[in-house]
Amino acid sequence: MELAGMIVLDEFCTSHQVKVSFVRSLEEHGLVETVIVNETLCIAEIELPKLEQIIRLHQELNINPEGIDAINILLKHIETMQNEITVLRNKLDFYRKDQ
Amino acid sequence: MEFIDYYKMLGIDKNATQEDIKKAYRKLARKHHPDLNPNDKEAHKKFQQLNEANEVLSDPEKRKKYDQYGKDWQHAEQFEQARQSQQQRHSNEKFSGEFNEGEFSDFFSSMFGDMGGGGFRQRQTKFRGEDYHAELHLNLTDVYKTHQQVLTVNTKSIRITIPAGVENGQKIKIKGHGGPGINSGPNGDLYISFHIINNTKFKRDGNDLHTTVDLDLYTAVLGGEIIIDTFDGKVKLKVKPETQNGSKIKLKGKGLPVYKKENEFGDLVISFQIKIPTNLTDRQKELFEQLSKLSS
Repeated sequence: MELAGMIVLDEFCTSHQVKVSFVRSLEEHGLVETVIVNETLCIAEIELPKLEQIIRLHQELNINPEGIDAINILLKHIETMQNEITVLRNKLDFYRKDQ
Repeated sequence: MEFIDYYKMLGIDKNATQEDIKKAYRKLARKHHPDLNPNDKEAHKKFQQLNEANEVLSDPEKRKKYDQYGKDWQHAEQFEQARQSQQQRHSNEKFSGEFNEGEFSDFFSSMFGDMGGGGFRQRQTKFRGEDYHAELHLNLTDVYKTHQQVLTVNTKSIRITIPAGVENGQKIKIKGHGGPGINSGPNGDLYISFHIINNTKFKRDGNDLHTTVDLDLYTAVLGGEIIIDTFDGKVKLKVKPETQNGSKIKLKGKGLPVYKKENEFGDLVISFQIKIPTNLTDRQKELFEQLSKLSS
């Protein structure tokens, strides 16, 4: 079934070898969002990168949804800090060239 | 091609049990997993090497071959012929983490050929394409106006819009221009980081620009008008009498455009550097002496 910008959850789970219940549990933890389109449970294409990353962390590193949630928070912190580092580095360059 | 010590890579000795290998691999994989080390090429490389080490050492057949021929891998072909008839699949734990196919080392390929990553590749049922990362070098003058550029990414030309005011080191995402999706999945994204080269006399501090302007002593003392360069042309500037050396003035809105904010600009900060006259005539010296007496 083709739905614009949507992926049928059943098909996604089959291709990624995960149970639908696992994705539902991620939803309960607020990690992903599913939508019902024409009475079919789907996920938006835009959610894919996030969901695929979660599945890799779960399958490959045995991390449970709570752990993934914590990792996501820390990764966001890292991203914010990296942006700050970029700004500070540019600022440092500004003063360095002054000397 | 160099010999790769898989045992050393996993930090285990040659007598390590399958359990030891698994434990060492899991620990290091957690440390270097690409999803936990975004944009870290070194971690990505290390993770690939760990995968390769695990691929060999966790498979008794491959481990045996590696132990026997490791350092003399060039002679491994003889071994290969002897065991051709008894190929057996071994299911072991292999991680992907957006790991591309064909990323095993030359050493691995020469020893185990294409069958090396068999089980691993089967698990690579990726839905979304790989993300691409690229670096784009721009001159500071290019940053002043939103403009378009044509980039070639994997032999495909794409036209991208670079918003004015982009920062050095900033990264933008071009959706859908990464690797192609698998099984009709969406394409990955293209991430471009900007490296901005300052080709001007201005110094950048965020959206503000800084410059130093030479001021003759007489204008500094008496005040006047001077013409100065800004990023988008020359402007006439009033100088107050008794302007001090190193004093600064700010020209509002004469800096760089604010990223993705139309008609918003930073400021241009001007520092005055007062030039003391040289090669004074006798008359000028005399007048300065008079001035000096007057002020003492």
